[in-house]
Amino acid sequence: MDQRKCECGHTNPVGTLLCESCGKPLDVEVFEQTQFPDMRYEGMARRSQTYSKKWIDRIWNAFSSVKIAIGIIIVILVASAVGTVFPQQQYIPVPVPTEADVARFYTETYGTLGTVYYELGFHNLYSSWWFVTLLVLLGTSLVICSLDRVVPLYKALSKPRLNQHKSFLKGQKLFGEGELAPEADQAELLDRAAVALKKKGYRIFRAERAIMAEKGRFSRWGPYVNHIGLILFLIGVLMRNIPGFYLDEYVWVREGQTVAIPSTPYYIKSENYETTYWSEEEMPEKLELNGGAIPKNFQTDAVLYLNKNADVPGKKPELVEVQKGPIVVNHPMIEGDIAIYQSGVQEMQLGALNFVLVDAKNGNKELGAFKFDLYNPEAEQEVAAGIKVRVLDYFPDFIMGSDGKPATKTNLPKNPMVALEIVDGTAQVSEKLVYLQGSVLTQKEDARFNLTFQKPDLVDISGLNVRIDKAVPLIYFGSFIFMIGVVMGFFWQHRRIWVQTQDETVLLAAHTNKNWFGLRREVDGLVDQLQLPVTIEEKTKA
Amino acid sequence: MGIMNKSNRTYVRIAVLGLLLVALVFALYSSFVKDPDAVKVGRAAPNFSLEQLNGPELALDDLKGKGVVLNFWGTWCEPCKKEMPALQEQYNKFKDKGLVVLGVNIGESPVAVEPFVKQFGVEFPILLDRQSQITKLYRIGPIPTTFFIAPDGEVKEIFIGQLNEAMIADKLSKILPK
Repeated sequence: MDQRKCECGHTNPVGTLLCESCGKPLDVEVFEQTQFPDMRYEGMARRSQTYSKKWIDRIWNAFSSVKIAIGIIIVILVASAVGTVFPQQQYIPVPVPTEADVARFYTETYGTLGTVYYELGFHNLYSSWWFVTLLVLLGTSLVICSLDRVVPLYKALSKPRLNQHKSFLKGQKLFGEGELAPEADQAELLDRAAVALKKKGYRIFRAERAIMAEKGRFSRWGPYVNHIGLILFLIGVLMRNIPGFYLDEYVWVREGQTVAIPSTPYYIKSENYETTYWSEEEMPEKLELNGGAIPKNFQTDAVLYLNKNADVPGKKPELVEVQKGPIVVNHPMIEGDIAIYQSGVQEMQLGALNFVLVDAKNGNKELGAFKFDLYNPEAEQEVAAGIKVRVLDYFPDFIMGSDGKPATKTNLPKNPMVALEIVDGTAQVSEKLVYLQGSVLTQKEDARFNLTFQKPDLVDISGLNVRIDKAVPLIYFGSFIFMIGVVMGFFWQHRRIWVQTQDETVLLAAHTNKNWFGLRREVDGLVDQLQLPVTIEEKTKA
Repeated sequence: MGIMNKSNRTYVRIAVLGLLLVALVFALYSSFVKDPDAVKVGRAAPNFSLEQLNGPELALDDLKGKGVVLNFWGTWCEPCKKEMPALQEQYNKFKDKGLVVLGVNIGESPVAVEPFVKQFGVEFPILLDRQSQITKLYRIGPIPTTFFIAPDGEVKEIFIGQLNEAMIADKLSKILPK
């Protein structure tokens, strides 16, 4: 048995609270207001609550539960919050070329907590399988909760509740009844009520002895419209996993360097990087900066190239310039679907050492200057006529190795050590010397050649974030639909007013889904205007 | 009305849940197989081309028909230093039997690489991955990492860590041309 007959003759599905036709409460004996069913879903049978025999129905029922939905939301909320405690892998502010560097970054920067964070995978939280699963479960819950409620609600609202059972009217929060004089023209009274309510913007449904005035029904769809927006938003997020839809890379590029942008056929060159600061005249008031400064602009002047040889990775690139211009925070360089953002910098890094070769036996006479490029040193340079400088050994990040020999800790020039050989072809002299940490060690004590230093070349290294996100239009569209739904639901209300006559009495009831104060004013206005002999009682619901 | 409705309802539910299940499978698949291009045992080693230290550019595909040992290293890496002589020794032994050893240096300048290569007496080709592009392509984490590639270009084994001669000899049996 899945039907239940109301005394008015209408058969309702099991689970119906208020008869679909006459509005009489079906399962509850109405003695007190608190027992009158909630009007949120018009007292319709929500199917999910009715059948749970098949496994498919059980799954459906679980997802249609708002409690479960809230549970999923809380878990997502907590996890998302944890994911912001330390930076996600893609936002690590220093170069981390390998997975080991990533692990080391978390441990060295944040200690044990950082290690735990990394080990549990929180450094890549938002794309982890379990987070993605939670998002899909939330989407499922949204779809099913909405379907489960919107279908019966739509059915109920498209059959306006006209001519309702007295107990339905009595069950409303605003209700009043009054005796009419025996000679009163009841039809005329209803006509006047209809005219008055129509003026207030209500749509009138009329039966012989009843009217129902309704306005703002569409606001009931607000929550479902905003759920559609959320679902579109989630689909957008999922679409990022389709190959080619989403790219989020980070490249570090030195001034003067041209580097490949991973996963794209492009190369980018930094011609210059500059941070500009606010000058004191530009500030509206005097600030105590204690010698500090406030940055105004971070800018990389970049050139973007397309590599014609991109099909074979590592092959000597054949570059064609496609774009040139500044990259400023919030003003990315855009090429097709690719956007390149200014997002980090390491300023004043050692780029090259500048030496002057001097003749120690001739009053330190300058023989010639030469540059030692720390990233791309020349093996041999002619410094003066007949005098060559040859690089014997180069350790960019010097450390004494475990075998007692010099070694390098990384391939970055953080602590360069250079062994040079100076060859004077004409005098047939060859001497070796070593540069380390601002000083020079010569091979012999009475060496002829020595080095003096000039200011080293300092370079700025720009951190550029390269992104493709083809799902953005859908994500924005979803957000827009979401807003429309919110506005529909928030700024309009679904108001209904019933006026019915029964024997010698007039019954008046009203319902709204929010803003009872506004409804009360309209009902009081109606009572005054028609001089109805009723006193409206406003019941409070438990 | 009741019966018809009920079976319809079941179909609708199966359809909706099925659709959402597809979404879940897709989401899970794409988060698990986050890196569909990763180099794996049993797959073809992706082709690349790099300049050699003191030599012309060399492409991996040009070495089809030979067994290739692809070793990623850096001068700052202690175990890399220690395994260099072992690699060189095996290279000497099998270079006439179709073996090529390639040492890919990660992001260093020739000036830093050259003395190192001389110091350890390395004679097999050293490739310079100046921008670490190939290092990224092969998803290199800790080094040394060594790929054993069969004559048809299939990756037979990936080894992370220091190798000794016996280990190399053992793995070579899988990739040397018959």
